Amino acid sequence: MAYVAVKGGERAIDNAHAWLAATRRGDPAVTDLGIDQIREQLGRAVDRVMAEGSLYDPELAALAIKQAQGDLIEAAFLLRAYRTTLPRFAHSEPVDTAAMAIHRRISAVFKDLPGGQVLGPTYDYTHRLLDFGLESGDVPPPPAEAPVDGGPMQRVNDFLKHEGLIEADGPAHETPGDLTREPLSFPASRDVRLQALARGDEGFLLAMGYSTQRGYGGSHPFAGEIRMGTVKIEIEPAELGFAIDIGDVVLTECQMVNQFKGSRTTPPQFTRGYGLTFGHGERKAMAMALVDRAMRAEELGEDVTAPAQNVEFVVYHSDNIEGTGFVEHLQLPHYVDFQSELETIRRMRAEAGVSQ
Amino acid sequence: MTSAAGYNFAYLDEQTKRMIRRALLKAVAIPGHQIPFGSREMPLPYGWGTGGIQVTAAVLGPDDVLKVIDQGADDTTNAVSIRRFFARTAGVATTTDTAAATLIQTRHRIPEKPLREDQILVYQVPQPEPLSRLEPSRAETRRMHALAEYGLMYVKLYEDITRFGHVAISYDYPVMVNGRHLMAPSPIPAFDNPKMHRMAALQLFGAGREKRIYAVPPYTSVVSLDFDDHPFRTTRAPQCCGLCGADSSYLDEIVADDKGGRLFVCSDTDFCEERRAAGHVGPEGVAA
Repeated sequence: MAYVAVKGGERAIDNAHAWLAATRRGDPAVTDLGIDQIREQLGRAVDRVMAEGSLYDPELAALAIKQAQGDLIEAAFLLRAYRTTLPRFAHSEPVDTAAMAIHRRISAVFKDLPGGQVLGPTYDYTHRLLDFGLESGDVPPPPAEAPVDGGPMQRVNDFLKHEGLIEADGPAHETPGDLTREPLSFPASRDVRLQALARGDEGFLLAMGYSTQRGYGGSHPFAGEIRMGTVKIEIEPAELGFAIDIGDVVLTECQMVNQFKGSRTTPPQFTRGYGLTFGHGERKAMAMALVDRAMRAEELGEDVTAPAQNVEFVVYHSDNIEGTGFVEHLQLPHYVDFQSELETIRRMRAEAGVSQ
Repeated sequence: MTSAAGYNFAYLDEQTKRMIRRALLKAVAIPGHQIPFGSREMPLPYGWGTGGIQVTAAVLGPDDVLKVIDQGADDTTNAVSIRRFFARTAGVATTTDTAAATLIQTRHRIPEKPLREDQILVYQVPQPEPLSRLEPSRAETRRMHALAEYGLMYVKLYEDITRFGHVAISYDYPVMVNGRHLMAPSPIPAFDNPKMHRMAALQLFGAGREKRIYAVPPYTSVVSLDFDDHPFRTTRAPQCCGLCGADSSYLDEIVADDKGGRLFVCSDTDFCEERRAAGHVGPEGVAA
């Protein structure tokens, strides 16, 4: 009986990685893809990787996308593994999205509102016809410009809250939780849940949010407002005593307004679901807002019956880096466990009188 | 080989290592109890040993000699990858010799050779919660551990016995630690469970994705759950090792041909090689 020991793991790994590098590069006759090209021309991919990688750095996200051959979960994983080694020297002040330099702002609940509806660079209303002009690299004409009116653009909630029609902001948290430093525990507070959703997989959140619309934990949502644009990040160094601006980030924010019939302790009023994500990520911000509201079911005295309302279920399974690792780990050897199962099943079959 | 440029010794920064060490101290103080810890994102995927790697990184010193095994073998690709990771980020000496190692990181096996007081065994744990298949909510299982309310697990064992005549768990077989905490031994075959009982070496368990650490200090009681009239028993393939002839080691079954031919060999490669070097020859082996 011939038996070749399974040896040479080290060389196999090196050879596999060399093959991977060659596959990544593809046909060497084709021009190498520049990081700047990815950053400038695959912006939505860069934004998604920054959001799920929890690190705002378009340059590194573009590098990760190149390294991962466009596998965005793998790219987010690369960013996360880099992020974890970075020192934390300060916490930012809460960002003021009312002071956002708006690229896009729409409300589905008011036809018009101060600041107006701003469509921005959207795929909405495009006809999804393949544009063969892109094959030849046509340069698009410059977009129209309008003067900036300058002042902050109030958020839609601010128009409703004067009448008490919508729930107020909760009390300001001293220090928000951080699930990258403190492990999750339940019941999980809303700040931690929102952090999990902000880092969570867009596809998972989309499916969860969608399920609430199809009757699994429905909450009668209206897109109160979606806004996307640039906000300032400020920190307040202890030795200075005042906040300083350290840079800008692009964010997408969604305020969902949900019907609520009231409970024993709360009069009827609109409730809110909240979504916020790095970059231009409208699908994710909206889905996140739906899921955030669904997970508030218990707090608002609603029955918890649907998957999206189950906080443990959603929060434990939203992270695609955890999910992809654990699903793919099934390819690792399990000879030992399988062997013990073989012995058990053989014993059970023998005891059941099954002949060979 | 020195540490990889730009990274701290053994990859993690010192503050993170201190946090993990604090969790380890708590874990040693309450044997078998799961301690939540701020598990970091590691450059290896979840499910591939991130918990074990963080524990190893936190206890590893420059003078340690590291052995990494997966399925009992030093040459499986994931063991190679983790061993390389520490050779690269910590520059420590590595070995495949169980006796020469001061720290052994393992996935799915306990070495056949008994471990000593001056050794540490670090387990990679995919699912630290022994009750997870019976109760998915961690809020609920925490309460059950707090109350030592383990009836659910005994009912599962009882149901197995009524249906099959014996307990039908062949790996990750639940154990009671120090007479108090129900613990998942990680997916080692039940064959290995008795080795945990009163082991001389410190046993540390890291679950990265689930963010839990637990421990069994040296010489602690670790008892596989059973009933008086259905005592715990282990199983292994009834053959002896085809290469070294060992008849009490845990064996891997290798498909030798497409006609049902099988070869059984020791899963612990170091154990097998040492026996062959000492002149033991199995029915399929050749003298060393």
